[in-house]
Amino acid sequence: MARRMLLSGNEAIVYGALDAGCRFYAGYPITPSSEIMHLMAKEMPRVGGVFIQAEDELAAINMVIGASWGGLKSMTATSGPGLSLMQEGIGYAVMTETPLVIVDVMRTGPATGQATKPAQGDLMQARWGRHGDQYLVVLAAQDPQEAYDLVIEAFNIAEELRTPVILLIDEFIGHGREVVVVGKDVVIKNRRLPPPSGEWMPFDSEDPRQASPMPLLGKGYYVLVTGSTHNEYGYRDVHSFETHYRLVKRIKEKIIGNLDKMPKPIVLGKPDDAETAIVCFGSVCRSAREAFYKLRERGFRMVFVRLRTLWPLDYDHLSRILDNVEAVIVPELSLGQLIHDVREAVDTSTRVIGVNKVGGGLPIYPSEIIKVVKEACRK
Amino acid sequence: MSMPIHPSRRYLREETLPTAFCPGCYNGIVMNALFQAFKEMGVEDLRDYVFVSGIGCSSWIPSPYIKADSIHTLHGRAIPVATGVKLSRPELNVVVIAGDGDLASIGGNHLLHAARRNMDLVVVMINNLVYGMTRGQLAPTTPRGMKTITTPYGNPENPFDVARLLGYTEANYVARWCVCNYIQLKNSFKEVFTRIKRGFRFIEVYAPCITYVVRREKKSPGEKLKELMRRCIPLKKYYSLLDNERGDKIPIGVYKAEDKPGFLENYRAYIRKAMEG
Repeated sequence: MARRMLLSGNEAIVYGALDAGCRFYAGYPITPSSEIMHLMAKEMPRVGGVFIQAEDELAAINMVIGASWGGLKSMTATSGPGLSLMQEGIGYAVMTETPLVIVDVMRTGPATGQATKPAQGDLMQARWGRHGDQYLVVLAAQDPQEAYDLVIEAFNIAEELRTPVILLIDEFIGHGREVVVVGKDVVIKNRRLPPPSGEWMPFDSEDPRQASPMPLLGKGYYVLVTGSTHNEYGYRDVHSFETHYRLVKRIKEKIIGNLDKMPKPIVLGKPDDAETAIVCFGSVCRSAREAFYKLRERGFRMVFVRLRTLWPLDYDHLSRILDNVEAVIVPELSLGQLIHDVREAVDTSTRVIGVNKVGGGLPIYPSEIIKVVKEACRK
Repeated sequence: MSMPIHPSRRYLREETLPTAFCPGCYNGIVMNALFQAFKEMGVEDLRDYVFVSGIGCSSWIPSPYIKADSIHTLHGRAIPVATGVKLSRPELNVVVIAGDGDLASIGGNHLLHAARRNMDLVVVMINNLVYGMTRGQLAPTTPRGMKTITTPYGNPENPFDVARLLGYTEANYVARWCVCNYIQLKNSFKEVFTRIKRGFRFIEVYAPCITYVVRREKKSPGEKLKELMRRCIPLKKYYSLLDNERGDKIPIGVYKAEDKPGFLENYRAYIRKAMEG
């Protein structure tokens, strides 16, 4: 039954996760994500799930991995420094195809930075923070409502594709309090289990876009899970080219080949007759949308693109939207990370201009974006 | 005449044999003691057991050789993964088998905290005194003065006495045996699966690396076992000696054996409270 609640983004994450069926949470306190942990500590035991405060982030992510193999939908939440500490474990989850969800409530960095201040500088570390060839899913929400909706999506994608999914929000969203509709009729997806009989492989799939069935521990499957290169049955093979290449290519294809399963970008305005575009993700989108509407009122021909899936990124789709524009404005609460993707999506004649601001808890104001758009149009 | 079938074969993934361990490696003794314990306990197969290991030679015992569910984790992270498995599936016996480098160095924090929580796990630490898989570098258990590839002039650091350290925590069971104490080791395995079935149960097995310790001493595996038998003394006697009287002796025995409720039971009570409230 749907009900309206006044929730911060961090709280909305908890209700979304529980509605998605999450029954295991392990985490380590870190600002500005801690409220996720606080509410989980209160709510998880009430639904019979497991909550544990880990000794550090390394333990947290690895407990989540263990619980996922035990059969529970599992998650953790953290912020930039914690995500850095979890990276090796996330790589392990990629390699072993372990479904789990990590929420990163972004703050400024590097290092301790400004712990209570929002930023968007974790995009690249969410996407590429591990060593080796690895692919996972990165989503981004713009407000508490979307945090609720996308954490459910994150669990669905994680379970269906047997992959870690990182959901990015930032301190503005995490601590910002708004009305959120929770308990809507949501679609819940569960992992595919092995067939009752016949041949199956826990670590391979004829169709690389489909995840292999995931065996449950303690059922006589004699599962072999390893972060080393392994064959279709889990046996280590740390010498052959074929086994390694096939494994990492398949995991890549499983992510890149499933763009249609990812949350789509929100596009406002008509791409065909737009001269200028704004491309953004996360909390900045709200200023950017305000700027978009104001500029359009004043006669600017604009298109607004709000990305909700940051990886895998649908470059072709983005290219088509940005095909006709002369300039693309990319506002980010960082010194510029998404801007590289936009450059990749447009041809070299298109100007790509960043609006970058980070630190002190300041947002990017609509007026700052409007100013840059006006300057870009004057040229 | 057909070949007699080795009684431990049912606990092994036969297609993975022979093992990759060096000739004479004491890992075989540990495996045999574990399997004999299972046999004496009447365990038909290991479907109710989940083995979790880290990175290193001893971590290869369960992955891939033991025929059971096994998770071969990142270096040092066997205990947190095992914790996640146990909390999600309390009905399963979760056993960690890993080395001293994995559990006491890179995973040292997890070891301490799992013991503090009295987490319901069996942890077997095979202490080979060095990092055997990567050519015998200094480990947190390497004795003072011992030459390794990273302490070529003799180890200037002090080693951890891991079993003694854990004896001071909330762990239910802590013991140290040497590979030369086969019967005691086997009985210890039985103890942690039958008599004390809850809480954190830790067994350290003193098993010097055959390649980077024993061979460097120019001893055969058998000669080394004889030497170890001479050096092992009951822990009470060992700790009553003054430092300068201890020499090369190795304390063996049970540091503690209690049957307090483990984390899971305490957590169940906690959940009941949450649900009532």
